Amino acid sequence: MKSQDFIIKVKKLSKIYKTDLLETTALDNVSFKIKKGEFVAIMGPSGSGKSTLMHILGALDKPTSGEYILDGEKVEKLTDDELSDIRNRKIGFVFQAFNLLPRTTTLKNVMIPMIYGGIPKEIRLKIAEKYLKMVGLGDRMQHTSNQISGGQQQRVAIARSLVMNPTLILADEPTGNIASHQAEEIMEIFQKLNDEGRTIVMITHEVDIAKHAKRIINIKDGKIFKDSPNHARKII
Amino acid sequence: MLGKLFSKYKIEETWELFTESIGTLKLNKMRTGLAMLGIIIGIGSVIALVSLGQASQQAVQSRIQSLGSNLLTISPSSARTGTVRGAAGGGTTLTNEDAKAIENSTQVTTVKNVSAEYSGRLQVVTGDSNTNTTIIGATPIYTLIHNLAVSFGSFISERDLVSMTRVAVLGPSVVEDLYGDSTYDPSGQTIRINGQNFIVVGVTETKGGSGMQSQDDRVYVPLTTAQKQLFGVNYLSSIAVEANNAEVMDQAVNEIGYLLLSRHNLSDPSKADFRIMNQEDILSTATEISGTFTSLLSGVAAISLLVGGIGIMNIMLVTVTERTREIGLRKALGAKKKTIVTQFLTESVILTFVGGIIGIILGIVISYLYAKINSSSFVITLNPIILAFVVSVAIGIIFGWYPAKRAANLQPIEALRYE
Repeated sequence: MKSQDFIIKVKKLSKIYKTDLLETTALDNVSFKIKKGEFVAIMGPSGSGKSTLMHILGALDKPTSGEYILDGEKVEKLTDDELSDIRNRKIGFVFQAFNLLPRTTTLKNVMIPMIYGGIPKEIRLKIAEKYLKMVGLGDRMQHTSNQISGGQQQRVAIARSLVMNPTLILADEPTGNIASHQAEEIMEIFQKLNDEGRTIVMITHEVDIAKHAKRIINIKDGKIFKDSPNHARKII
Repeated sequence: MLGKLFSKYKIEETWELFTESIGTLKLNKMRTGLAMLGIIIGIGSVIALVSLGQASQQAVQSRIQSLGSNLLTISPSSARTGTVRGAAGGGTTLTNEDAKAIENSTQVTTVKNVSAEYSGRLQVVTGDSNTNTTIIGATPIYTLIHNLAVSFGSFISERDLVSMTRVAVLGPSVVEDLYGDSTYDPSGQTIRINGQNFIVVGVTETKGGSGMQSQDDRVYVPLTTAQKQLFGVNYLSSIAVEANNAEVMDQAVNEIGYLLLSRHNLSDPSKADFRIMNQEDILSTATEISGTFTSLLSGVAAISLLVGGIGIMNIMLVTVTERTREIGLRKALGAKKKTIVTQFLTESVILTFVGGIIGIILGIVISYLYAKINSSSFVITLNPIILAFVVSVAIGIIFGWYPAKRAANLQPIEALRYE
């Protein structure tokens, strides 16, 4: 297999948090690779280091040591502004708390990454409308983010994550703040996106959610202790 | 093609940033208003105080100029005996002959007009009204030298002077004091000055001034009448001299000085029994004083502007703290440092820009109302307005810089975690 086929290459990644009194190792020599088109769930209890891993994968934080190559770019070497650019072009974020701008229409929320990506306004509008329709919110475009339900907010966030056509969709506990019946809808969208060939990495601690993925990486105490395909995959 | 698209995008981007900032400011109307208040008051007070300062400067200048232009005033001073000097104005050393000599001497080449004057305070009575006012013994040339105009009747004539007639020209304040109405024409009425009957022949126009110095609170009588019949003196209290032009003022002072010294048989200029005052000197001193006053006021206003700026910084810092999550999100979605800095700077500049405009309007209104209430002149020049404008925008940039920088340097994970 050619190395270009791997979207994510993580080699001996460590992250150590230092305070005056103690050093905490959040990630300890983690190595793995993710191919284009995979749907990976990273699982682990709280404090396992999965959030730290998510921040590094999302180019939101830099590792203490090790190497992280995202779509051919060495992320750990980049400056703050270059990281912003990488996040903008290559990563679509879906957060647990949705993180939409309050009192702002869903349409505007979805357009934000494209503003920073330097996409002209007319094109922005078309793309935003397209993805909002795709997540089933074509009739909610002028609603502000606090006028819609949690599940709908997360769907807006998914639409927002897609507008820059990213290499990787990174979801951090995407169903953590949503009622369970709506959670299924969210997972359905992720599955559909994966079927279309998009690479998805999802951090979760819920088994029910992780079982939608094709591959599950289990983390404990900053180390990978299990990395295996999910044969019992639940398909909606 | 691409370049064209890019530049079009730039304009669009700027416009979007602008409208978005206005949207954010509108979301927090109360806070926006309070933040602006500091700038409004600061700019408003700068505009108002500078305007008031300029108005008072202009008033002082015009008042002094109304005394007459290129004017020298010669007043007697008791000759110095040792180190003791007599009280100013109390001297008896200036005579009618001195005035005639200044006018006619071949030594004095730079003088156009000479006005011999005697003044003193006396009681003026008509019917049951009376007032204590300054009586000026004047010659016909007086009106020319002191820029005095007559609104009713006429001023003292050469004939009045020669025949020592008992005629009087009243200042408008005196008319008001005696007849209760400054617009009343008392020509032909009889008044009593120091117990003697005088016939009013004219009223002078209003010139302004206040208190003892008011040029409106005066009664003019022929110089000869004043000296012989009212005060019983044979000397002058001052001689006003109009020089040919402003350039020869110093020469005129010298010529007159030497002429009077020799006429008074004095050889040492330091023992002179008279003083010559230059109107220009008084003017420049007064202008300087009111200029200092203006800068003092501007200084006070500048401090309030500084306080306003700190207010803006304070509010912007609160805003940054409050919007930490938003900033983190924007950075996570690809906003660069420059973008965040620009966003926050735009907000603070809009705050100070709008505050500045409101402040300018407020300042103009205040100084207009002040001028209206005090019936003084209303002066607004473009310079302080432009300055206030530039300063308010600069305050937005300077005091918005630190909060903007702080926002831009927030780490996205820290910011996203922030509750």
